[in-house]
Amino acid sequence: MTYGYYPGCSLKGMSSEYDRSALGVCDQLGITLQEVPHWICCGATPAHATNHLLSIALPAKILASAASVPGQGEQAGPSPTVVAACAACYSRLRRANHELRADPQLRTQVQQVIETPYEGQVEVRHLLDLLRNEIGLEAIRRKATKPLEGLNVACYYGCLLVRPPEVVAFDDPENPQVMDELLTAAGATCVDWPFKTECCGGSFSASRPEVVVKLAHDLLREAHDAGADVVAVACPLCQSNLDLRQADVARTYGTSYHLPTLYFTQLLGLAFGLEPKALGLERLIVSPQAMLRKLAARPEPMEEAAS
Amino acid sequence: MEMVKTLTEEETRSFIDLVQARSGEKVVDCYQCGKCTAGCPMTFAMDIDPARIMRLAQLGQRDLVLGSHTIWLCASCETCTTRCPQEVDIARVMDTLRILAREADYTSAEREIASFNQTFLDNVKDRGRVHETLLVMQHKLRTRHLLQDAMKGPLLMSKGKLALRGHKAENLDEVRRIFENVEKVGAGLQPRPSEGGAE
Repeated sequence: MTYGYYPGCSLKGMSSEYDRSALGVCDQLGITLQEVPHWICCGATPAHATNHLLSIALPAKILASAASVPGQGEQAGPSPTVVAACAACYSRLRRANHELRADPQLRTQVQQVIETPYEGQVEVRHLLDLLRNEIGLEAIRRKATKPLEGLNVACYYGCLLVRPPEVVAFDDPENPQVMDELLTAAGATCVDWPFKTECCGGSFSASRPEVVVKLAHDLLREAHDAGADVVAVACPLCQSNLDLRQADVARTYGTSYHLPTLYFTQLLGLAFGLEPKALGLERLIVSPQAMLRKLAARPEPMEEAAS
Repeated sequence: MEMVKTLTEEETRSFIDLVQARSGEKVVDCYQCGKCTAGCPMTFAMDIDPARIMRLAQLGQRDLVLGSHTIWLCASCETCTTRCPQEVDIARVMDTLRILAREADYTSAEREIASFNQTFLDNVKDRGRVHETLLVMQHKLRTRHLLQDAMKGPLLMSKGKLALRGHKAENLDEVRRIFENVEKVGAGLQPRPSEGGAE
């Protein structure tokens, strides 16, 4: 199965381990992700906070580019499909389609801006949605030759994967389950915790770091209190804010949580028996060593991570 | 609140009409249930809570609304939009308020955030894609916060997370045309705050 793939800027930069692990896991499941040609930035929050037309035009340009590739998402029937892994990119691509389909006037303006007759026809799906609803839990279970037994995971969805439901709609906006189901199928124990859709502060990490440190603290505390060994995420900003800011949390609030924050694809990859290096675990700031040690059935990765 | 202004009905209307026209949202439908504020993760840092921003907008209090920290501290997490029983897309209204604030030079409340957004978009315009290392360095330079998070650099470097040579899109001329066309197509389409806002 081949799908169009929009990695976005972070997955080709600071979060390349998400790209690497997503491609690795998909490869194991027989999915080929083909990068959208000539892709550009989706504009993220700075675009929609600055200029509405621009915030729709940038994703529309990306999707128009995907629409021009024959065979991308061939199995999905007449409408090509683009898969995104970054929650923020996913949200912006979905938002563009949503508004372009509903508003003919905006559609005309956007077509003038991108100089392409894009109408909103390309389907946009998140990798979580694709794995849960196209590949299915049974396939995950079969592939999980080294199941994550004994590992307590707090699945952290954040904002843009699940909200607003009119735009995204593959899971419940208040109590999403898809990541929990996937990681449970991979053998993990997903803990019940109350902050799975709370906000991490996103890009305020650069402009108002103290705000992010407070939000990260609350999230880490709740995950820790629920008994998690690890937080699983599907967004580069969530990952960075929980991982990179954890030392600041300890300094500001006096509590060291030592909670590694992994992409759900890294955890699936471990369950599929992929090497920690192939999943980019060495790029984590908070060490995953204790977590790997807990995976008693997997002595080799434990040694690798220690090196 | 001491700074609430007494306005004529016309002055009140001109602002709320502008906000509604630009956002496409019926801000007047807000009946102050407070659900947006209850679920907002950022209220601890805000000066005026989200429900009150909605009320002040209804009352035409342009200076208070556009000069607030709140409109910049909204993280666009969409919790309010998801929960609003009146189906007002509050996050979209916050976007509109930020845009109006920029147009009317009200950005001083949260200079860092406004400046970050601009630096980010400059990056997109110049490179087609965002180069995170460059973006953060440019942002710290522009806001003169060179020492803030300076120690993160070596740490990220040791983890291989700092790329000195970032990626670029191949179709930079197309990207530049998008930015130019947005100015052209966008110009004259929408009412601006100067066309009848209360000064």
